[in-house]
Amino acid sequence: MKTIITVLLITVTTALSAQTKYFTRNGTVTFFSSAPMEDITAENYNATAVLDTETGAVEFSVLMKSFNFKKALMQEHFNENYVESDKFPKSTFKAKIVNMDEIDLSKDGSYPAQVEGEMTIHGVTQSISPEGTIVVKGENVKLESKFIVKPEDYDIEIPDVVREKIAKEIEVTVMADLEPLKR
Amino acid sequence: MIRHSLFIALLFAYASSYGQEEGESLLDLLGEEEEVTNYASASFKTTRIINSQSIENVAEGVLDFKISHRFGRVNGGLSEFFGLDQATIRLGLDYGITDRLMIGIGRSTVQKAIDGFAKYKLLRQSTGKKNMPVTLSLYSSIMVNAQPWANPERENYFSSRLFYTHQILLGRKFSNGTSLMLMPTVVHRNLVESTAIENTVYALGIGGRQKLTNRLALTFEYIYVLPDQIADIYTNSLSIGFDIETGGHVFQLHFTNSLGMMDKQYITETTGEWGKGDIHFGFNISRVFTLKDTRINPQE
Repeated sequence: MKTIITVLLITVTTALSAQTKYFTRNGTVTFFSSAPMEDITAENYNATAVLDTETGAVEFSVLMKSFNFKKALMQEHFNENYVESDKFPKSTFKAKIVNMDEIDLSKDGSYPAQVEGEMTIHGVTQSISPEGTIVVKGENVKLESKFIVKPEDYDIEIPDVVREKIAKEIEVTVMADLEPLKR
Repeated sequence: MIRHSLFIALLFAYASSYGQEEGESLLDLLGEEEEVTNYASASFKTTRIINSQSIENVAEGVLDFKISHRFGRVNGGLSEFFGLDQATIRLGLDYGITDRLMIGIGRSTVQKAIDGFAKYKLLRQSTGKKNMPVTLSLYSSIMVNAQPWANPERENYFSSRLFYTHQILLGRKFSNGTSLMLMPTVVHRNLVESTAIENTVYALGIGGRQKLTNRLALTFEYIYVLPDQIADIYTNSLSIGFDIETGGHVFQLHFTNSLGMMDKQYITETTGEWGKGDIHFGFNISRVFTLKDTRINPQE
């Protein structure tokens, strides 16, 4: 009897904790730079993200070399001259959804999310607190956010000759469709 | 006893929910990432070292307009404005059919020549899932000398105007800033000045670049022609230069003892001697145009 209860309890508790984690390896991160001479967009469809709904902890990781530009040379310059992808292959965002308790994962819907965390790009870490949206649909959780990144905050040097082509503020859009993480 | 097992169960629950310690990465839960192949990129700033081809190709759908100038010899003195009074030009268009295959055409004032080439990247230096220590490209060009015949009175064939060059471009990016290349080369001339010299010339080129900053690099190339193949008046081509990169342009500024910019011209017909100051200042400007959007959107 007692063994059965023990086993049952262990099963129930581990099952419960397993359902609090969601992930994706195919999240989308795009950025948009609007400058007088040129608009630049780049997309990355291989962002990794994990969300722990119990604690509200959320983490993103993107390979910088996976950003696709329309112009091949621009992509090369992005990796070679600006973000230095060989030295700093990944950018990460380690954050917490502060108002996690206001989000009801058992009910479909769209919930505003207050996010606070540390963004690391080009080896430089900055605290940011972007706003996002969590969309719950059945088993899946979708994270969306749009925020501004300033290259100079991350020691990304932009020479004067291209000043007219690269914006001082880059708009970053994140979209990640998360599915339950089964262990 | 039931209380005891309840305690154990709770302990498990506690352990499983707090197993995620502060500072640990949630991403670790996903386990090892799938290994990807990481290809070496930007071993050189453009598809040329100076006169020679580099192991770089233009990307698929990219058109590269190249304007190359060589001035006269710097030892021409002030009356020749140190060579700047004279200029020879090659205008060229290169295009990437795929990321690994590129073609190009050009026209030069030297010998009123037209050239065309194809370059194919056979092996790509990479680490990760696929490991390859070097990049190896195959390169072939053909040049047509369009000058009037030197001896119009004799019977001349069109084929006598043709010159072929074949190269193996073997290169490695040793570090972020250092790349080196070896270029075994064969030049075939259908018509040569005399029977004493060879129609087919074998040569070995070496070249490299060292980045000084992210946007500035030092480059060099030297083409060693194996002995007793070309006339004595010709020497080996040696060029030293800088690559300067701005937005969409790459400026290559250099000093070279070769006036011609086409393969057979600089490999087999270099007359200048560095020791005597027969040095030409020159530059190549590369401007790229993206004609095709090759991005793939998996969500469309």
